[in-house]
Amino acid sequence: MTKMHVKMTVNGEAAEGLAEPRTLLIHFLRETLKIKGPHIGCETTHCGACTVDLNGKSVKSCTVFVGQANGAEITTVEGLVNADGSLGVIQEMFREHHGLQCGFCTPGMITRAHRLLQENPMPTEEEVRFGMAGNLCRCTGYQNIVKAIMAAAETLNAQKEAAE
Amino acid sequence: MNDQTMTPEQRAANLKGMGSSRKRVEDVRFTQGKGNYVDDINLDGMLFGDFVRSPYAHARVTGIDAEEALKVPGVLAVITAKDLEPLGLHWMPTLAGDKQMVLADGKVLFQGQEVAFVVATDRYAAADGVEAVEVDYEELPVVVDPFKALEPDAPVLREDIRDRAEGAHGPVRHNNHIFTWEQGDKAATEAVLAEADIVAEEMVYYHRTHPCPLETCGCVASMDKVTGKLTLWGTFQAPHAVRTVASLISGIAEHNIRVISPDIGGGFGNKVGVYPGYVCSIVASIVTGKPVKWVEDRMENLMATAFARDYWMQGKIAATKDGKITGLWCHTTADHGGFDACADPTKFPAGFMNICTGSYDIPVAYLAVDGVYTNKAPGGVAYRCSFRVTEAAYFIERMIEVLAIKLGMDAAELRRINFIKADQFPYQSALGWEYDSGDYHTAWDKALKAVDYDGLRAEQVQRLEDFRAGKTRKLMGIGLTHFTEIVGAGPVKNCDILGLGMFDSCEIRIHPTGSAIARLGTISQGQGHATTFAQIIASEIGLPADDITLEEGDTDTAPYGLGTYGSRSTPVAGAATAMAARKIRAKAQMIAAYLLEVHDDDVEFDVDRFAVKGAPERFKTMKEIAFAAYNQAIPGIEPGLEAVSYYDPPNMTYPFGAYICVVDIDVDTGETEIRSFYALDDCGTRINPMIIEGQVHGGLTEALAIAMGQEIAYDEMGNVKTGTLMDFFLPTSWETPHYTTDHTTTPSPHHPIGAKGVGESPNVGGVPCFSNAVHDAFRPFGLTQSHMPHDHWRVWKTANRLGLHN
Amino acid sequence: MIPAGFEYHRPGDIESALSILTQHGDEARVIAGGHSLIPMMKLRLTDLSHLIDLQDIELLKGIEVAGGTVTIGAMVTQHQLINDQGLADAIPLIREGSLQIADPQVRYVGTIGGNVANGDPGNDMPGLMQCLGATYELQGPGGTREVAARDFYEAAYFTERAEDEILTRIRIPVPAAGTGYAYEKQKRKIGDYATAAAGVLIRIEGGTCADASIAMTNLSDTPVWSVAAANALIGTAVDATARQAAIAAAIDEIEPVADNRGPVEFKKHVAGVILGRAIERAASRAG
Repeated sequence: MTKMHVKMTVNGEAAEGLAEPRTLLIHFLRETLKIKGPHIGCETTHCGACTVDLNGKSVKSCTVFVGQANGAEITTVEGLVNADGSLGVIQEMFREHHGLQCGFCTPGMITRAHRLLQENPMPTEEEVRFGMAGNLCRCTGYQNIVKAIMAAAETLNAQKEAAE
Repeated sequence: MNDQTMTPEQRAANLKGMGSSRKRVEDVRFTQGKGNYVDDINLDGMLFGDFVRSPYAHARVTGIDAEEALKVPGVLAVITAKDLEPLGLHWMPTLAGDKQMVLADGKVLFQGQEVAFVVATDRYAAADGVEAVEVDYEELPVVVDPFKALEPDAPVLREDIRDRAEGAHGPVRHNNHIFTWEQGDKAATEAVLAEADIVAEEMVYYHRTHPCPLETCGCVASMDKVTGKLTLWGTFQAPHAVRTVASLISGIAEHNIRVISPDIGGGFGNKVGVYPGYVCSIVASIVTGKPVKWVEDRMENLMATAFARDYWMQGKIAATKDGKITGLWCHTTADHGGFDACADPTKFPAGFMNICTGSYDIPVAYLAVDGVYTNKAPGGVAYRCSFRVTEAAYFIERMIEVLAIKLGMDAAELRRINFIKADQFPYQSALGWEYDSGDYHTAWDKALKAVDYDGLRAEQVQRLEDFRAGKTRKLMGIGLTHFTEIVGAGPVKNCDILGLGMFDSCEIRIHPTGSAIARLGTISQGQGHATTFAQIIASEIGLPADDITLEEGDTDTAPYGLGTYGSRSTPVAGAATAMAARKIRAKAQMIAAYLLEVHDDDVEFDVDRFAVKGAPERFKTMKEIAFAAYNQAIPGIEPGLEAVSYYDPPNMTYPFGAYICVVDIDVDTGETEIRSFYALDDCGTRINPMIIEGQVHGGLTEALAIAMGQEIAYDEMGNVKTGTLMDFFLPTSWETPHYTTDHTTTPSPHHPIGAKGVGESPNVGGVPCFSNAVHDAFRPFGLTQSHMPHDHWRVWKTANRLGLHN
Repeated sequence: MIPAGFEYHRPGDIESALSILTQHGDEARVIAGGHSLIPMMKLRLTDLSHLIDLQDIELLKGIEVAGGTVTIGAMVTQHQLINDQGLADAIPLIREGSLQIADPQVRYVGTIGGNVANGDPGNDMPGLMQCLGATYELQGPGGTREVAARDFYEAAYFTERAEDEILTRIRIPVPAAGTGYAYEKQKRKIGDYATAAAGVLIRIEGGTCADASIAMTNLSDTPVWSVAAANALIGTAVDATARQAAIAAAIDEIEPVADNRGPVEFKKHVAGVILGRAIERAASRAG
């Protein structure tokens, strides 16, 4: 099968590569671009471990062909660290509130939480639980993930207020 | 503040030792996507392997044609049993004394069984190759019911061992019979049953399910033909045992095999066993001279690697009229699938099922377990469980409820009057265990009070009245559980896996500047070992946990250990860690005494230093002592500061807990809402409360899944009906309730730091608690037992059967 | 789970898309969000050699509310349906239904066009569109035609759409002011298809039901729009007796199949319960 030339912006940097059209975005990111934060958990769009931010939407990259993402702007968990390399607020809050154990779902969780808080900066616990329901975790029982996201919302809002 | 002005409490807090909710050191990597899981490993020239799997549950394989597959671009080889046979690798030993086909040798015994291994340049080409392999099957009659498997005219599943009289665990009486395992006093128990005031009898089924960690199983095998060294990265919960097994079955010398468990994305027992993918990857790497990666997909994971449970437990429990239990009888039919690949210590073919007397003082008991072959996947792993403790706890906690119904008693009170009393510990159980410590009454009373048990029962009475008056269609259920676990396998005298004693190990090296590295024989799969084991060392030797690096999982560098499962890391490796640390502390004491120019006995340990007794201002900190160990010639003492401990525990540990949950059940739709869940755990000494709570939340959520919907279901043809996460129930944040956690602390008397282990408690106790709540809601309408999972339609069926839809 | 190979096309307008589709016949498929199609391809249950990505075609985008009609482009996602205030004001039933589809990530990608055109009985939009009396615009080499949602579904995965046609737009009449609505869905968990689901519209005038529309999801191999069930409500006060009559009529028309969600008997019972609740909620919102 002929390969196609794919270009995208990933975590703010231009990225390109050759790929068969059937290549799934998750494999292109992980194997061609060596961006290994997003993981493969279920392959049927249920677990969300492969979640990336694609043109401002939380998307399960195991169910996107690379061609569909051609020209897209993509953010993965790696792109959510601060410019100085320190952990971003959501990442820090996951650490602070023990929102992860084995770490396998964590990149997808954090990437999804990032978009959720962009769209709803002050969510209720119920809204967090509903908004995170596309990401499965087998270790934490979600309680501390919800807590971490609520705390991140608070911190982000305080930062925003301080800046204004 | 300097060392002179800080209080001992402040100095202790700086260490972040035991008892501190220290933040996890692992998380800086994981939160930015810098974990290193097996699928993250990419080596130059690495190939990819993928399996052709059987679509049939029972069939003869009459032909495998790889010709078309070999024409697929990128496909390099198609390996079948015929290719493995000359190497003696077409079958492999299981952990349970059986053997298992690596690739189909003439027949297949379950759907999803490995038939051929396609090796290609990448995973896409490998998948195309799998698609192109032609396999001819001749279907055979399928047996999915373990009771039918033992009928006289049942098809013989294991033709390789047909007509044998003796199996790995004693005599067998049928071609599909694997073993009978008996514990306790049969005659005495039957005598008690015959004369008892009350006998409650019930069949309790704990259905087949699967650990389903978010990361599936996989490996990368790399044979270096120049050095002759095989390196195997993989999702191994027991890397050292994998290396020994790999050496024994491949003939490669053990020192020429290096097994590395990188970060593991959850295990829950799924990653204890040895799977055909590992063997095939190794062979493929040897044959091709290139690294070979194999990572199963989710459907393969659910179909082929490591189911859990599937125990049919027939129980009889005897009691006096006033509720004092006098005896317990249990016969279990255990469905093991096509091969007996259960992960249990060798002498325990049904694991620790004989903990099934639970938290109760039961004078006599008898347990028999029959293992049976069926056309289902092999496995029988301890899914967040210590070798069938989950089944045992579910059985006894259901039998208690059934007895309460028969007696017309409150189930909380029935438990209370039968608990082993605090002054009976160490307690000798009727089925052979010595419980180390416990205070069940205190925990139980604390739990009942915390949830306002009497208030809940009053509310339930009112609800029932409203229901009968047609004011509501929701029933309220109160689920009770008091569980006792047996973890920390285990004493080498009775616990081994493939002949390897179940000790564990820790090696600590203090660097001259007072930081340290510790290596253990275990491997974290999310439990946070790098955080908690450093805390043990911090408290034991007085160096800050933040200055201690933890390493596990590399057999070339870590001391030998049996790995992480069965809640054994803290009870066994945690003890080894404390013991190694104490060896270092003993040497540090001598160094300190030398530096302070006093006798060894005249200095004492004080948080982070040794001080002269009666003169606390004269001291040497551990950092100073560490430096001295490397830069001073001390008479009679070797330079350096390191120690290793191999710890063989004198006994298991027995964590326990009291769980109470409240549910509201919509009888018309069968939906169950978890209104509240209270979990009191007693895991002895608590090393990191934050991590303990996290373990409890996670284990309870797994329990919720198992009790309420999660199953590996087969149809009559042996087809797996629950092969994707659409049908295999993993709750999301939306279906998962908020949990309230609590604790009591009853240290283990025989453990160096008194810790008992906690990771599995919430699964062990959670499942009966959820299930009992559902049963409890229907108790007024005459329900005694309905099998899990309590998904919508089964709950609806119960309501329907009880006439609640009329 | 790796799909077989194919050629990827991303045409910029509908004419180009149609010409690729015509050229390759049944070897070509269009892809919208792909969250039904791609899993089928990964399981190698769908055979195709040309995949036509519709994401660049402007004609398929946008939501318009004008002149008593809502027009929705086929590529509008569920996320957009939920967040479009104009649509929510005109037809709140669509937001209520969309929120019950799959999970957040899938809703960002899943489109209304894919959901209605695929013919999967588990999809929620077909029943909702039947309930609302929507019309689908299909464009093919021979031009454009319209098919009512209520006439579109033939069997599971079989619809009125010809292989060389693309579903481009959906037109929905805005229900009369004060129409009550509800979409009730029972499922095992977020991300699951319905065990049973029902969409209901009810208009009440002077205490009496003047008009009603009822459609059910995942209870037959097509959505079930039940005229009989609606008729059982019209002219009544939507009291318990009328509700029971509507439920009886609807259950008569469904043919659920047993699966992991439960046996037929259970599904029929739950369908009745869910429909009853939907009717009650819709009636309570009418005014």
